[in-house]
Amino acid sequence: MSEIDKDGNENMDVKPMTSSLASVAADAALGKRIPGGQPMGVGLEARGIHAWFGEKHVLEDISLDFWSGTVTALIGPSGCGKSTFIRTLNRMHEFIPGAAMAGEVLLDGQDIYASGTDVTKIRLKVGMVFQKPNPFPSMTIAENVLSGLKLAQLKVPNRDDLLEECLERAGLWAEVKDRLSAYGGSLSGGQQQRLCIARALAVRPAVLLMDEPCSSLDPGSTLKIEETISHLSSSMTIIIVTHNMQQAARVSDYTAFFLSDGGPGKMVEVGPTGEIFSRPKDKRTENYVTGRFG
Amino acid sequence: MSNDVIAPKSIPAKRELTTVPRFSDRVFRGIVTGGGFSSLLILGLIFAFLAYQGFSVLRSQGIHFITGSAWEVVTDDSGNIIASDTKFGLAAMLIGTMLCAIIAVVIAVPISVLTSLYLTFYAPPFIKKIMIAVIDLMAAFPSILFGLWGFFILMPSVEYWAKLLHKYFGFIPFFKMEVPIYTRSPFVAGVVLAVMIIPIITSVSREIFSQTPLDRIQAAYALGATRWSMVKAVALPYARSGVVGGAMLGLGRAMGETVAVYTVLNVVYQVNWHVLLGAGGNVASMILLKFGEAGPQEIKALMAAGLVLFLLTLLVNSLANLIVKSSGGKGR
Repeated sequence: MSEIDKDGNENMDVKPMTSSLASVAADAALGKRIPGGQPMGVGLEARGIHAWFGEKHVLEDISLDFWSGTVTALIGPSGCGKSTFIRTLNRMHEFIPGAAMAGEVLLDGQDIYASGTDVTKIRLKVGMVFQKPNPFPSMTIAENVLSGLKLAQLKVPNRDDLLEECLERAGLWAEVKDRLSAYGGSLSGGQQQRLCIARALAVRPAVLLMDEPCSSLDPGSTLKIEETISHLSSSMTIIIVTHNMQQAARVSDYTAFFLSDGGPGKMVEVGPTGEIFSRPKDKRTENYVTGRFG
Repeated sequence: MSNDVIAPKSIPAKRELTTVPRFSDRVFRGIVTGGGFSSLLILGLIFAFLAYQGFSVLRSQGIHFITGSAWEVVTDDSGNIIASDTKFGLAAMLIGTMLCAIIAVVIAVPISVLTSLYLTFYAPPFIKKIMIAVIDLMAAFPSILFGLWGFFILMPSVEYWAKLLHKYFGFIPFFKMEVPIYTRSPFVAGVVLAVMIIPIITSVSREIFSQTPLDRIQAAYALGATRWSMVKAVALPYARSGVVGGAMLGLGRAMGETVAVYTVLNVVYQVNWHVLLGAGGNVASMILLKFGEAGPQEIKALMAAGLVLFLLTLLVNSLANLIVKSSGGKGR
C-alpha cells in the first residue's frame, strides 16, 4: 500500500499506471478541496441522494463530488448500494419498476432530475459501462462503436476517424483494426468490454460510469481495462464501482466506502485513495480494506 | 538431421461415454418420450388416413387434381358415378387459399407488431393487463362469430374500401375489376382472417419482445437512445425471427380457417387473381360446402383435398423456416 511521507503527502506509487496528468489533477484537488465540500460548478455532484426500490430504502443521504480528470472508486460489500448510486448519476436507476430517488445530481451545475430535462441528453454526457460486456450482437465491431451516434441521432463529419480514435482510446484498435466488419460477439470477453468502452466514448461523454467492469474478466483483460482507465482519466471524470480493492488502489484517485448495516446503504468515508487504504478515519473502513470482513 | 524414427504417439480410441440413469429418471424419460412422440403419431395417423382415403382419387385425377379447376361429379341415370367424366380440380381453391391467407398476413402483421411493441415498451401496466386479456379473449373467440361479423358488419364498409383500392390502385393486376361485384371477395375474407390471426401473431411477438435482453436495452439507453431508437437497434433485430415465426403461425391458421371464410366468401370454381372480385374459395371452406351432400367417391376427393391442404401448409411453413434460418439469427 502507499507510504505517507512526513509532510502527510501521499506517494503516488499506489497507482503506478495513472498518467501524470491525472496525478497532477489529483494532487491539485488534494490540497485544495475536501470531497463533499463546496461545488466546483464543473463535473458531477451528488447532493443528498436517497434511493428506494418500492418501499425498500436502499440508499441514504449520499453526497459526493466528482472532479474532472479524476477517477473515483466506490467500494463496499455487496448490497451496500454502490451500483444503485451510480445508476442515479445517469438516470438509469428509474428503469427498474418501483424505483424512486430523492436528492439532486448536478452536472455542470444543472440538476439532471430537473423537470423538463431531456434524459437522453444526460446519458450522452454521462456514459456507462456495465458489469457484463454487452455489445450489440446484430452489429459489427465498427457499427457497435458508432451505435451511439445512430441511437442518439448525432452527426459527425468523419466517422472513420472517430471509430479509430475511440478504439485507440479504449486500447482495442491494434487488436481489431483488421476485422472491423466482424460481429461484436466474436471478440473475447475482455475485448468485448473494451468495445463497450469504445462505444461509450464515441458520443463524447464528460463522465464515464463503470459498474464493476472487470468482474467477469480474467486478470490479463482486467489489466488492459485498468490501463485504459488510466489513459482516459486525464480527459474525463471516471467513477468505478469495484469489489476488487487492489483495483481501487491501482486505478483511483479517490475512494468512497459504502456500507449497509441491514438498512439503507450509507457512505462511511471518502477520501484520497492512499488515505482510505493506509489510514482510514473510520474503524469500519479499516476493517473492510484490510480484509477483516466483506 | 538424424533419421531416427520417432515412434508415433498412439492415439487411444475414443471412449464411450455412458451413464446408468436411476430408475425414476428412466420412468420419467419414458413418459416424456411417449408424450413427445404421441403428437407426431397422431399427426402421422391423420396423414396416413387422408392419404389412404384420397389415394384412388389422386391416382385417377393425376396432376389435374391441383392444376384443374373443375369440380364436377357426373353420374349416370341410376346414380352411379362415371369416372371418366368426373373431374376434381383444386387449383382455384388452392390459389384462393393462398390469396386470402396472404392478404390476412399482410394486414395482420404490421398491426400485431405495433400492438406488441406498444404493450411491451410503452403501455402503462394497467392498460397492458387489460389489453392482453382482451387479445387473448379474441384468440379464443369462435370463428363463426368472426364470419357473421364479417358478413353483416364488415362487408358493407369493406366494399367502400375495395372501391377506393380499385379506383387508385386499379392499374395493379390484383386490384383490377372487370365485373363490379365487390361483396364476398377474397379481400373481405382476408380482412376477416386478419382480425382472427392478429391475437396469435400479437401474443407470439409480445412474448419475444419481452425477452429482449435487459443488458442490451440498458446499453442502448446508456448511449442516449430514445425509446424508438432502442426498439429499432435492439428489440427488432432480436425479435425478428420470432415475429416471422408468429406470422407463420398466423398464416397456417389463415390457410386452414373454414367457417369464417365459408360465411363471407363466394365459392366459385374458377381461378380468380382479382382480390376485390366476389369470387374465390379456399380448400377448407370448399370441403365444408361439399361435405354434406357428397357421395362416397366425392368424400374421397375431399379427403384428398385435405391432404393437399395439409401438404401445402407444411410446405409454406418449411419455406418460412428456411428463410428465417438463412437470414441468420445474428440479432440474438
